[in-house]
Amino acid sequence: MIGAFAHLLERLAFTPQRKGKLAHLVGYFRARPDPERGLALAALTGGLELRSVTPSLLRGLVSERVDAELFALSYDFVGDLAETIALIWPEERGAQDLPLADLIEELQSTGKAALPAVIAARLDEMAPSQRYAYLKLATGGLRVGVSARLARQALAEFGGLDLHEIEELWHGLVPPYTDLFAWAEGGAKPVSAARAPFRPVMLSTPTDLKALQDLAPEEFLAEWKWDGIRVQAVSEAGTRKLYSRTGDDISAAFPDVIAAMDFEGAVDGELLIRRGAEVAPFNDLQTRLGRKTVSRKLLESHPAALRLYDLLIWERRDWRSEPFAKRREALEQAVTRLDPARMDLSSLLPFDNWEALATLRADPPERVIEGLMIKHRASPYLGGRIKGYWFKWKRDPMLVDAVLLYAQRGHGKRSGYYSDFTFGLWDGDQLVPVGKAYFGFTDEELRALDRFVRNNTIDRFGPVRAVEPTKVVEVAFEGLNRSTRHKSGVAMRFPRISRLRDDKPAKEADHLSALLAMLPER
Amino acid sequence: MFSTDAPLIPRQEGLYCPEGDFYIDPVRPVARALITHGHADHARAGHGAVLATQQTLYIMALRYGDGFAGHRQAAEGVIEVGGVRVSFHPAGHVLGSAQIRVETRGQRVTVTGDYTRSPNSACAPWEPVPCDLLVTEATFALPVFRHPDPAQEIRKLLDSVAAFPDRAHLVGAYALGKAQRVIILLREAGYDAPIYIHGALQNLCDYYIAQGLRLGDLRPATVARGKKGDFAGAIVLAPPSAFAATWAQRFPDPVICFASGWMMVRARARQRGVELPMVISDHVDWPALTQTITELDPAETWVTHGREEAILRWCELEGRAARPLRLVGYEDEPE
Repeated sequence: MIGAFAHLLERLAFTPQRKGKLAHLVGYFRARPDPERGLALAALTGGLELRSVTPSLLRGLVSERVDAELFALSYDFVGDLAETIALIWPEERGAQDLPLADLIEELQSTGKAALPAVIAARLDEMAPSQRYAYLKLATGGLRVGVSARLARQALAEFGGLDLHEIEELWHGLVPPYTDLFAWAEGGAKPVSAARAPFRPVMLSTPTDLKALQDLAPEEFLAEWKWDGIRVQAVSEAGTRKLYSRTGDDISAAFPDVIAAMDFEGAVDGELLIRRGAEVAPFNDLQTRLGRKTVSRKLLESHPAALRLYDLLIWERRDWRSEPFAKRREALEQAVTRLDPARMDLSSLLPFDNWEALATLRADPPERVIEGLMIKHRASPYLGGRIKGYWFKWKRDPMLVDAVLLYAQRGHGKRSGYYSDFTFGLWDGDQLVPVGKAYFGFTDEELRALDRFVRNNTIDRFGPVRAVEPTKVVEVAFEGLNRSTRHKSGVAMRFPRISRLRDDKPAKEADHLSALLAMLPER
Repeated sequence: MFSTDAPLIPRQEGLYCPEGDFYIDPVRPVARALITHGHADHARAGHGAVLATQQTLYIMALRYGDGFAGHRQAAEGVIEVGGVRVSFHPAGHVLGSAQIRVETRGQRVTVTGDYTRSPNSACAPWEPVPCDLLVTEATFALPVFRHPDPAQEIRKLLDSVAAFPDRAHLVGAYALGKAQRVIILLREAGYDAPIYIHGALQNLCDYYIAQGLRLGDLRPATVARGKKGDFAGAIVLAPPSAFAATWAQRFPDPVICFASGWMMVRARARQRGVELPMVISDHVDWPALTQTITELDPAETWVTHGREEAILRWCELEGRAARPLRLVGYEDEPE
């Protein structure tokens, strides 16, 4: 029923914690019947094919029912079109709870010309929260902070299933996923009908020099960990797919790579923007992500390529149980038949001992390297984060000493604590905000920061407090990109507060120029 | 502009009655004040003489101490103030809240103060006061505000308590009126476990109890050091400002709830970091406001404070005379 779905959306929208969202989703899957829960899952994972209802259609509808000036005043106050319409829509008949399946079917099957009248009639029958859910569904923007992966994770939790198995099956199944829910409730595992399906990706665990000392270097191979996105390229029986490591189909955004997938099999690699031999910064890749279509111009200016790490299936043979060293040999053979402009090999690094590897790690040949991957020669290819076979040894994080500028309170366990911080660097004699961090500190440091914020507030903007710019913190981050959305012109990746620098006066904090010097060169 | 022979005139101090030489809910100290209800922005300390309901006088004394005004008089029946006949009528807003009826310069004027027409077991219900001039509040005067049945909102809270038995539910509710109304609604919904209250609510809850309202088992939300688990599964009421204080740190993974008419709008709820918005309002919503104007059918409607543009537009569409007073100093919902 749309009522139950609306209630779920409302709970999800107001629940900031991942754990809480999972609990709401699991509860919903448990309480609701097929096909409703499957359709809800499809709506959350972007799997519903709906005719797109435009904002102008909705404005047209509401203008027939509500005075334009009253609507404008209301919209101005509420700030969201669907929400304003949901709240302001005059109640004609008593609210009725309608099956989600019927509403979706109707939206899918109604022609464009008839759509406004159909939507208006439905709004007449609904309560405000239902109207909101219905309009969000129709306009295709749920925005409740649930990723497709989180929704699948909830399904895994609900049925006690393995997330990787769900991801492997996912692309062969269609809404309302009745077979998937039957499996979750103890029935048979569905057989995927997908062509060129996704296979669960093998992941690594972090390591460092100290942990490596327990391992025999000669049993391992090492290669660079490139800073693109990890993908799986599958080309089978004429179907070609490019998957993210969580199994999302990203083929549409990378037609250039798809065109070059002139093979029969499934390979694992890093998706990069590569111009000749030069690998572009992650930022360049980001401009190509999430697109439904790509312009010719963008294809030329931002050419995508794969750097291959591993081989799973080749010429209909499944290599996943073979040792890594053997797969690697097969991959080296295979890559000779591929277009070198689009597909090349991630090269192995020579080393005799861990210290030699440490030296390489300390000075990688390119900025677009995140660190090292160290893989056991005998490692099979197993889905998931399996301990003992693959290790990542990331570069040391970049560091700056910054000054706290603003703070905001956290949620859940951090309710009542100022735990979300905005920090800045010097630009001349001004402090410019450069980023936000809300983790990295210990509980004890959090209490100290909270106390500092409370005792040093100089201004308030709603829930945000500006603080006396005297507290210096060390901020660690994994990378830096240019950004037009940030005042400072740069955006940090995974920034966190790694240390409180109570020993340092604010005037000795870093300057913006020091941060800019860390940008990858263009 | 308001002519000098108008029945009431908006001034910086508040709404002024020239014939009776008194103010209604003045925001600055004046010689003679008539007070509609005890919320701090309407009832201030330091007036020469105050006329209000017995309950409002008591609440003002609780807040400001016994010497909050030079002289005070409890409103009962029809009273003459400076030769003007005035009377107080229930507004349904909080305990002691009243609409003030004034007969001056040949007109019957009703000043609503803050009011609600939705059932509110925490005080006497609003009653219609026929008039030629209606002076109304407009806090929620936008057609998007149609406040739901409060019982349904309380159900949301109880469902959440059942779903998260390890977490404390912290309900933000203003100390006068809203807190007691939430408690009574919880009791009406069959919730009979102890309800924990922030110290700032104690006096007013005690007063409600003394006035015969059944609030059930209330306990102070204090905690012995290091015993966070004590409040798992509990409902705790506090003024919203307490959430920003270290006070909130004592509860186990709290669910932040807020009982307010503003909670209808998602952005408002999220802005405050509210996880469980409860739309419970002590003000008239749009349908009740327009219904009131239609039923009383005054020759003219004046709007004191709130979102007056929309209700003025509605009056225009309905062919009704209306004007804004734009009184300053009244908060959306006092904290």
